Amino acid sequence: MLSLTLAELAGWHPAITEFLISADAAGAKPARTLDAWLRALTDDRLSDIGMDRDQVLDHLEALAHQVETLRGTSEQSVRSLTVLGGHDKSDRPEVLTLTLQVGDVLCIVGPTGSGKSRLLADIECLAQGDTPTGRRVLVNDAPPDPGWRFASGRKLIAQLSQNMNFVVDLTVGEFVAMHADCRMAPNRDAVVREVIACANDLAGESFAVGVSLTQLSGGQTRALMIADTALLSASPVVLIDEIENAGIDRKKALALLIAQEKIVLISTHDPVLALLGSRRIVLRNGAVAEIIETGADEKANLAILERIDRSLMEVRHRLRCGQRIDVPLAWPPTLDNE
Amino acid sequence: MRVITVAGPPSVGKTSVIVRTVKALATQGLDVGIVKFDALSTSDDQVYRRAGLPVVVGLSGSVCPDHFFVSNIDDCLGWGQQAGLDILIAESAGLCNRCSPHIQGVLAVCVVDMLSGIHTPRKIGPMLKLADLAVVTKGDIVSQAEREVFAFNVRLANPRAIILFFNGITGQGAAELAFHLRQAPPVETLDGRRLRFPMPSSVCPYCIGETVIGRDHQRGNVRKMSFESASA
Ligand SMILES: Nc1nc2c(ncn2[C@@H]2O[C@H](COP(=O)(O)OP(=O)(O)OP(=O)(O)O)[C@@H](O)[C@H]2O)c(=O)[nH]1
Ligand SMILES: [Mg+2]
Ligand SMILES: [Zn+2]
Ligand SMILES: [Zn+2]
Repeated sequence: MLSLTLAELAGWHPAITEFLISADAAGAKPARTLDAWLRALTDDRLSDIGMDRDQVLDHLEALAHQVETLRGTSEQSVRSLTVLGGHDKSDRPEVLTLTLQVGDVLCIVGPTGSGKSRLLADIECLAQGDTPTGRRVLVNDAPPDPGWRFASGRKLIAQLSQNMNFVVDLTVGEFVAMHADCRMAPNRDAVVREVIACANDLAGESFAVGVSLTQLSGGQTRALMIADTALLSASPVVLIDEIENAGIDRKKALALLIAQEKIVLISTHDPVLALLGSRRIVLRNGAVAEIIETGADEKANLAILERIDRSLMEVRHRLRCGQRIDVPLAWPPTLDNE
Repeated sequence: MRVITVAGPPSVGKTSVIVRTVKALATQGLDVGIVKFDALSTSDDQVYRRAGLPVVVGLSGSVCPDHFFVSNIDDCLGWGQQAGLDILIAESAGLCNRCSPHIQGVLAVCVVDMLSGIHTPRKIGPMLKLADLAVVTKGDIVSQAEREVFAFNVRLANPRAIILFFNGITGQGAAELAFHLRQAPPVETLDGRRLRFPMPSSVCPYCIGETVIGRDHQRGNVRKMSFESASA
């Protein structure tokens, strides 16, 4: 590496260019070799960089290696996850073999403290009997490779919750582009356009690329988060945590995630969302107590619930537009018809 | 005894991370003690005591907390050994982005939080750049996309570090961090060990009590700003 010129190094990735610029405020000649440049750095500069010469070289080598890894498609692809039971809070065995395939939607229900977060944590860290629940998690039907299990920055679960907000002071377009760059997306501009188009499709009210992230409404924020997670997140599992009535098309949102081959987990007590999944698991006393398949009766009830939900959304819309809610509501007949 | 240095800007969640992780270590029968370094005051010792952990506090007063840290860490080791600890954790508030308490051969953790802004990882000096583990907190309140961009920037700032996400409130991530802390190399003494990066010997008159402003009072290690590029 020492015999490469600064220009050659910078050509590898913008991150390396940026490091070289930040390391050398004066700006060295691009034709200089790394070796010559390093030897010419003054002690003051090194002190500002926060590294000595060997550490700078080591940093550049590690950076180059990271860039290679991120570019490669070396990421193990997750086709399925299997959770094998451990024990509940009273140490009684948890009888469970729960297999999740890509495209599955699973709801998680249970009161606070029933062990929802612990289950998610077990999945996130790919527990191997070494967490308080004693559960084990298989990836593609086999125990995960320990190297991959503790691989740095590996994030199995992408998370979306009511508490999350965009805090960065950038426009929608700038930020999505920044995220695409981190993923080394080869066709950046196309991906950015797609994310924003999808988000607009999910959100009731549309927004432009140039709008600031922090100015988005709650619904627009959720919609953008979902579209971005579906199209740009590396995580194979998406957890949607208590997003209720956020003003987005929930059915379309799930369809988008499924189409991107995600495993979708939904932690919710919103009936419309919960019944959209094909199964739901019930947590009790720290263990999965039951797995309920969404049967035909429940699907029929879902249709009614969806009608009520749509009507409620209309009422909300009227309220937002400053209209009155004085027309007698036509809901009871919907229910009486059954 | 294993020794671990935990550093990070103020209020990023160091104490929360340590308390939650130590709980996971305690279930494995390990005795952990804490040394907290800060500048003027801290109430972290109360938090640690409430969690049932032995703790000592070192306040640096008028010197840089990291400078103060190096001059005292070996004595802290003696305290920990006498107390029969399995693991000694030193928490220090990185008040000065320029210094860092990380020692060669001693497991080094840097805690950063996602609320501090997407570009913060590149502004933090050797404290992050030369750490073995980068623990990223407060992801529970920012978007997934920002978490990924932030992690990427941490990776660029320190391409060799292991990056862990940690929720300091729920303790999510504690099992993984505990796993890594158990791998810390045992240390018998720090006598003769080296810091990972030298701390600047900032001796200008102001370091030692000068208060008057003006060129006549700027002697010793003084660096001046350049205004050339601004007056174009
Ligand atoms: N939302 C959220 N808050 C957190 C998280 N981690 C810590 N906090 C909060 O951040 C605040 C500061 O946490 P501390 O653990 O005291 O931070 P510290 O780095 O030890 O602070 P100093 O020692 O004073 O520098 C507390 O109010 C914590 O509850 C997190 O992951 N998410
Ligand atoms: Mg603290
Ligand atoms: Zn300092
Ligand atoms: Zn000074």
